[in-house]
Amino acid sequence: MNTASHALDHHDSHHPTGLLRWLTTTNHKDIGTMYLTFSLLMFFVGGAMILGVRAELFQPGLQLMKPEFFNQLIGVHALVMIFAALMPAATGFANWMIPLMIGAPDMALPRLNNWGFWLLPPAAMLLTMPFFLTLFGIGDGAVATGWTLYAPLSVQGGIGVDFAIFSIHILGISSIMGSINIIATILNMRAPGMTLMKMPLFCWGWLVTAVLLIITLPVLAGGVTMLLTDRHFGTHFFNAAGGGDPILFQHLFWFFGHPEVYILLLPVWGLMPHVLSTFTRKPVYGHDAQVWSFIAIGVLGLIVWAHHFLTSGLPIPALLYFMYSTMSISLPLAVLFFCWIATMWRGAMSFETPMLFALGFIVLFGIAGLTGLVLADVAADAQYHHSYFVVAHFHYALFAGGIMGVMTGVYYWLPKWTGHMYSEKLGKLHFWLTVISFNFTFMPQFFLGLAGMPRRIPDYALQFAEFNAISTVGAFALGLSQLIFAYNVWRCVKGGDKATDRVWEGTAGLEWELSSPPPHHSWETQPVIKAG
Amino acid sequence: MREAALSPPPRRHGRLVIRLLLVAAAFFAFGFALVPLYDSLCRAVGFNGKTLKDAIEAKDVPPSAVNYARSLGVQFTSTLMPGLPWEIRPLEPAIEVHPGELRTTRFLVRNLSDRTIVGQAVPSVSPTVAARHFRKLDCFCFKQQTLAPGESREMALTFVVDGDIGEEISELTLAYAFFPAPNPN
Repeated sequence: MNTASHALDHHDSHHPTGLLRWLTTTNHKDIGTMYLTFSLLMFFVGGAMILGVRAELFQPGLQLMKPEFFNQLIGVHALVMIFAALMPAATGFANWMIPLMIGAPDMALPRLNNWGFWLLPPAAMLLTMPFFLTLFGIGDGAVATGWTLYAPLSVQGGIGVDFAIFSIHILGISSIMGSINIIATILNMRAPGMTLMKMPLFCWGWLVTAVLLIITLPVLAGGVTMLLTDRHFGTHFFNAAGGGDPILFQHLFWFFGHPEVYILLLPVWGLMPHVLSTFTRKPVYGHDAQVWSFIAIGVLGLIVWAHHFLTSGLPIPALLYFMYSTMSISLPLAVLFFCWIATMWRGAMSFETPMLFALGFIVLFGIAGLTGLVLADVAADAQYHHSYFVVAHFHYALFAGGIMGVMTGVYYWLPKWTGHMYSEKLGKLHFWLTVISFNFTFMPQFFLGLAGMPRRIPDYALQFAEFNAISTVGAFALGLSQLIFAYNVWRCVKGGDKATDRVWEGTAGLEWELSSPPPHHSWETQPVIKAG
Repeated sequence: MREAALSPPPRRHGRLVIRLLLVAAAFFAFGFALVPLYDSLCRAVGFNGKTLKDAIEAKDVPPSAVNYARSLGVQFTSTLMPGLPWEIRPLEPAIEVHPGELRTTRFLVRNLSDRTIVGQAVPSVSPTVAARHFRKLDCFCFKQQTLAPGESREMALTFVVDGDIGEEISELTLAYAFFPAPNPN
């Protein structure tokens, strides 16, 4: 080995190349890239499924598929989007950015990190495999219970339910390992002088997320394990005739399921102030207030789960408790909104793609929050429960809040990751097409829900036809617009204008002091944060 | 020695990782602990209309405790769950009782099929706050019921509504859901 290449290869000379590099990598950036790539791929898989559903709903009556297949598509769409698209995207961000932001050379537990990622593809395969098995006459297709897996339907379902249960077990193990790694990194590897209260908000959002995951995922794992033993080993956890209670499953599921919403959104809320501060060229407003809001939302998120089944016959005092506690979450959330607006207030704003996505996020996520208040109202929920109003509400939260938030982060950090600028023109086109077609897809669903159209049904009454047609056209436009995103990312990875180290004019934070792309080991010597 | 330049000051992640794993394990156990906790909570406060499990004895219901000044309407309904080809109806759909008064009512159950079937009735009381005041001395729901092909039987329920049931309750409904027995014994 000559001296020149020795200097270049300093730390990665003994690393394998090609496929083996990705299989064995313990580098946080490689693993982050794999998480994000996997997420993008599964985003299109989940999207294709729901386009099948929207195509069926284009007109009343049954045209394209049997109701059983329709049921499988909606349930697997949700599971794929939540567990295989949004959560891995957030974990990819964490892997890439947390070491850069806190001045660490890598994640705390690199081997665990590799394992955490490589559990995901088998889990995704387990989830979707029954679709293909049924083509060969094995089983009756994928899980058809909706993503909530409610008993007793899931106790009676076919092998798709078992595949989903094992898939959830594996995904849960992966997420818990990822969370442990992130907590260990944040608590043990911050640069000298970076106290917790000085830590960037993205890391704070993820710290709360990781704690929520460790608390709630095991409860879901326990719940689906009970489901498994009910199905195959003669237990009666959810069987009323055997002394069990199907409503218990709803408690176990939503004890996980509600915090899960914040698990998906907290990393995005943590990212927003960075983007807003960059493109307004102003420091983040209310850093500490946002930290406490994250913590408050995390704690409140753990004690409001039953608002997902207010109509299941809970006694009045319980209804009132869950209504008021749910509504109280809007207080820390309002603090976040006001901090975002105050960060922008009288700033020198410019509207690059990440900023456009951030602004779109704030407006549309605001709609999700306000319609959530309507659903939390016990009296109103009796009408809206299980209607398309709910579907529209949580897509404003999870598409406009979650996925558009992730896209904000991708556009914001892509030049840092690749060293190249993406196409601003394509980025803006992607943004406008996404925002317009998103609203065309989901705004009509609010009206459908108000008019009484139930969710998860493949057919509907004639008076719902126009809004459903609009929604389907919007959904296809929305899905196709995302191809621009994939192309733009691909183009940026391949080449493009060189990005500077700071990338954007108004950036602040350690991550922008490294080169674009950052060196193989991020911070070989830890930076020191000065006091004050 | 060049690795030394890489590594930050050595940190112990082991202890933190073990603690976090313990938290995860504790919450896995918490999920299972919720099963009995939820059951006792439901019975204590009447969530889901669950009635108290233990039968009471006739001596717990002294005739002197009957409150003749007050009467309550009690309605009976019944449903059959899928997979149970039976027929069931209360012989008295609605009765008036005094708090503290011991009453017996009957349900007519018939097996419409040509095979012997075991069923299990699960009771539920509405409004749910009344559930824990609805006490049973004897009930066909206490054990699984076996009906021969075509057999019909009158099944009895002996109950008392507690004297301390809230004044705001004037009417309550007892609903039976008859399930196919999960594992006949």
